[in-house]
Amino acid sequence: MSDKLFQLLPLVFILPLIGFVLLAFVRGRISENVAAVIGVGSVGLSALLTLLIGMQFMSHPPAGGAYTELLWNWMNAGGFAPKLALRLDALSLVMMSVVTGVGFMIHLSASWYMRGDEGYARFFSYMNLFIASMLFLVLGDNLLFLYLGWEGVGLTSYLLIGFWYKDVENGLAARKAFVVTRVGDTLMTIGLFMLFHALGTLNIQDLMQQAQTVWPQGSTELTVATFLLLGGAVGKSAQLPLQTWLPDAMAGPTPVSALIHAATMVTAGVYLIARTHVLFELSPLTLECVGWVGGLTLLLAGFTALTQTDIKKILAYSTMSQIGYMFLALGVGAWQPAIFHLMTHAFFKALLFLAAGSVILSVHHEQDIFKMGGLRKQLPLTFWCFLTGSLALVAFPGTAGFFSKDEILFEAYANGHATLYYMGLFGAFLTGIYTFRLIFIAFFGEPQAKVHVPHGIDHSLPLLVLAALSLLGGLIHLPLDSVLPEAHISAAMQQMERPLQLASVAVSLAGIAIAWFLFHRNRALAASIKASAVGSLLFRYWRSAWGFDWLYDLLFVRPYKWLAQINRDDVIDVIVGGIPVAFHRMNAFLSATQNGQLRWYAGAMGIGACLVIAVVVFL
Amino acid sequence: MILVWLILLPFIGGLLCWLGERVMGIKFPRWVALLTMLLSLGLSIMLWMQGDYSLAQIGTSHPQWVVEYQVAWIPRFGISFHLGLDGLSLLLVVLTNLLGVMAVVCSWREISDKVGFFHLNLLWNLGGVVGVFLALDLFLFFFLWEMMLVPMYFLIALWGHNTPGGKGRIHAAMKFFIYTQASGLVMLVAILGLVFANYASSGVITFDYNDLLKAHLSPQLSYLLMLGFFVAFAVKMPVLGFHSWLPDAHSQAPTAGSVDLAGILLKTAAYGMLRYLLPLFPQASASFAPVAMWLGVAGIIYAAIMAYAQTDMKRLVAYTSISHMGFVMIGIFAGTQMALQGVVVQMIAHGISAAGLFILCGEIYERLHTRDMRKMGGLWSRFPYLPPIMLFFCVASLGLPGLGNFVGEFLILMGSFKVATAVTIAATAGMVLSVVYALILVQRALHGVPNAETHPVSDLSKRELVMMLSLMAILAWVGLFPQTILNTSNAAMHNVQQIYQSAQAHSGAGTP
Amino acid sequence: MEHGLLLAAALFSLGLLGVMVRRNIIFVLMCIEIMMNSAALAFIVAGSRWQQADGQIMFTLIITLAAAEASIGLALVLQLHKRFRTLDLDAAAEMKG
Repeated sequence: MSDKLFQLLPLVFILPLIGFVLLAFVRGRISENVAAVIGVGSVGLSALLTLLIGMQFMSHPPAGGAYTELLWNWMNAGGFAPKLALRLDALSLVMMSVVTGVGFMIHLSASWYMRGDEGYARFFSYMNLFIASMLFLVLGDNLLFLYLGWEGVGLTSYLLIGFWYKDVENGLAARKAFVVTRVGDTLMTIGLFMLFHALGTLNIQDLMQQAQTVWPQGSTELTVATFLLLGGAVGKSAQLPLQTWLPDAMAGPTPVSALIHAATMVTAGVYLIARTHVLFELSPLTLECVGWVGGLTLLLAGFTALTQTDIKKILAYSTMSQIGYMFLALGVGAWQPAIFHLMTHAFFKALLFLAAGSVILSVHHEQDIFKMGGLRKQLPLTFWCFLTGSLALVAFPGTAGFFSKDEILFEAYANGHATLYYMGLFGAFLTGIYTFRLIFIAFFGEPQAKVHVPHGIDHSLPLLVLAALSLLGGLIHLPLDSVLPEAHISAAMQQMERPLQLASVAVSLAGIAIAWFLFHRNRALAASIKASAVGSLLFRYWRSAWGFDWLYDLLFVRPYKWLAQINRDDVIDVIVGGIPVAFHRMNAFLSATQNGQLRWYAGAMGIGACLVIAVVVFL
Repeated sequence: MILVWLILLPFIGGLLCWLGERVMGIKFPRWVALLTMLLSLGLSIMLWMQGDYSLAQIGTSHPQWVVEYQVAWIPRFGISFHLGLDGLSLLLVVLTNLLGVMAVVCSWREISDKVGFFHLNLLWNLGGVVGVFLALDLFLFFFLWEMMLVPMYFLIALWGHNTPGGKGRIHAAMKFFIYTQASGLVMLVAILGLVFANYASSGVITFDYNDLLKAHLSPQLSYLLMLGFFVAFAVKMPVLGFHSWLPDAHSQAPTAGSVDLAGILLKTAAYGMLRYLLPLFPQASASFAPVAMWLGVAGIIYAAIMAYAQTDMKRLVAYTSISHMGFVMIGIFAGTQMALQGVVVQMIAHGISAAGLFILCGEIYERLHTRDMRKMGGLWSRFPYLPPIMLFFCVASLGLPGLGNFVGEFLILMGSFKVATAVTIAATAGMVLSVVYALILVQRALHGVPNAETHPVSDLSKRELVMMLSLMAILAWVGLFPQTILNTSNAAMHNVQQIYQSAQAHSGAGTP
Repeated sequence: MEHGLLLAAALFSLGLLGVMVRRNIIFVLMCIEIMMNSAALAFIVAGSRWQQADGQIMFTLIITLAAAEASIGLALVLQLHKRFRTLDLDAAAEMKG
């Protein structure tokens, strides 16, 4: 019985794939309702299937804690024989549930959000393709298969960011996202080459076993290889130094931001590192760097979020910062909390984005929070959902975010990474400020815009479900012990847990209080701080996201464009083209002597005769 | 005998097209050409189905051929009409015939002038290419190598476009011809040199491939002769520095010509390297390998930057071809089994994806009468089917996993990594740049607001749709089930690798 | 001996100069005659120096040649005049490369 159900595993991604093919081929010849049924239904079915498989997995776990299904042998060339195989273990089950479950909610919400758009069917075809690729990514048993999904989600992310293709800006943002992540992917590819040549396989489980026997702790080769993998993860998860694409990615429709750029794809980097955790544990230097990348990103993103005015960009920077927490968790060896935070983050960030989408539609595609205001009374449902999400985001006690973030900070402290702990703590403080800055400005104060109140079950249901998950998701216990190592915390440290919790609660409450004071009670003060010399300088600097875009533009984009521009006519072609030009010149010179005038010929003959005689006589 | 038919069929078909046009009208040549190519395709696929291409060739320096045909031609000089088929040539013959069918189909409406003569040239060119893939006699090889150029010259010169700003189709055709002809002559000299060197050492004049494999050459001579072959193949490939005929030829050629050029003609160079360069001069190639590989890397990057700067769609695609063939170059000279297998897949995948893009360029030109991307924009909302198909081929060309090009590139790089780490790492930069140029194509042509002065345009017809969908299906098949191809070419590549590897170990070159 | 050869050389140079600078075709023809005669003179001088008959044979040959040349040349002059209505040599410079 158990195996029978597991054998349905491929169906989980085949269903969205069928949805994609159907929607791609009808090309807008069907009504919106049919498209929505196909698009949402396929993901819904695969979510249902995931639920069944998950229940089966929990009640009758397969032998060894993992079930592997071989699809077919992909290729076999010169000793390189990757298989297309699916692997279901606790980690991929968690990811699969998040992808299909949250994905389904977002699809449902999107069927409301996108109504009336001319590319309705196209939108859902991309979304379905995304879900399928994401499932390849999390189910792949092999790093190459994982890479297939990895690039697939990159492509769909590109397509969806540039979904409204008529605006050139969107296309640019989409391209930027693809190119920047591709830089990371390329590093990762080189990492794959290294791993294969050292260990002779790309199967993840075999890799992790072999690595322990082949490499000693902290070997240079492994460190380089893991650094390259980290490059891939950093690109996909928008961490330092490849973080610049995420804010621009907000050009896509809001459900896309919720699904791809908050809940699932951007956490793929975290998943990758967790999946190959043995490799990272063997190279402490890389692991340390993972933590620092996370810590720095979460601060950088936190400061930047403080200065943004676009509701989606604030959320984008907060996503960046939350993924920073996950990286920090990975870096300090808190594997399970990292995945736990990944899940809760998916819940509350999806909720926040969907609620933001609802707000944006209600105020007629206005995204500037300063042009909103007073929405609390006008959009009560959205407000309460947004507030729930925000509370989870700032880790208010009792919410899902509290449990996961708290575990991360606690393990960071317990494993002796004090600096990272304080960075995380300060990040929590920033989170409190920027989140409630958004709430106080957008939802409190005087109403500024006419509001169109959204309704309908496809609007409300996803919000309510996700709000419930954001509140209660912390109670879920993830069965990750079979895949990821448990934390070993000394008894002395156990004592510290309560005080640390209190500290982080106090810090985030302080953040909220400051936000309340500056952005609700006394906005003039905030304005005057911003106007002061230091304030405005910092504000401008943070607002430009610490100048990374500027720097990369200067270092890479402009030289490249310049090079392409000056060389448009292909310098090699010009050089080679010089040969016929030289021939033409010579021809012109010689034909000039053929002037048809007798005297020149006679003269030439005379000179020639003289020369010949001279040669004969003198030589 | 079946091999002779593979070559003869297109020649006869072409002649029929030409002669038949006067009597039977303009439609006749099209159908005859289509039927001929379908027949050839069927024949080659039949060969594929029947033959056993996994013949073990280990231990013998004398390669074995699945099908072989030999009759004396000019016995006095040891020249014979010698054809042979192994997995590598079979795959390329199938590709040639497949793209031949596509080339005929895609010029169905484009060519309306001198239709019979057009198909004569097209088919003779295809026949010549098939011959190049089958020839096992160096004289015959050279003969067919030149044979395929002349019809191509006419294709470009007579049915080409005169794009504004370009130097005209005659110029392009001339450039193409001079480049390839001149480099071909260098190869002829090298062939003669090889034959005479062999005569000097063994006392037998022969042009036969199998015999020349055993020729004993001094290292210096071998290096010189290798360079002679290399120049001819480098021009055809094209390698950076020898490439400047390609963008011109492509931008002026008719669609069928471009399909033919990018899809097939470029592959003859890679085939030549695999069949002649490495096995005949293993030592010399091994010591030349670092130069060749860095040329490949330079080609990848240079062409990618060039592609980014283009405004003519076809020129852009032409430069991407140069970039992709850089990977082939690296793979060939890395010479590991994995890299060589990757080369085979890459050749096939690139043949199909480039053909697809060129056909799309042709279709867009037929409808909009421009290939200038600055004048396009917003095609997405003007056609229902064309843009997604275009997106598919762009994505294939940037190497998305699941499609053929990825398998090729990945195997090449993976296989080369151990042999030439620095080269491989530099070449992976091409993976980033390929995204840049593929997406700029999508961005400029498909995205954006449609032009104001748009006239209604018709979408792809059934003929075009069937053509594109079959190409897409093949590309996805190559990407997901490359094993069928890999199995076919495995023995042939293993043979090359055996010969080359011992030389690599000998010369000590190629180690990072 | 030297004087004879010097005279021949001077005559030849004058003829060549004339061919190069004169525009009128009649003068050009005359200058060519002068050059031929200078060559003939050189032969005579050489013949008398070495007491050989060859010099005189060559002289006869050159005279014959000159006569033939003059008749063909004059015929060409007539044709030229008929076609271009001038005797200016540069007007016939049609074979410009």
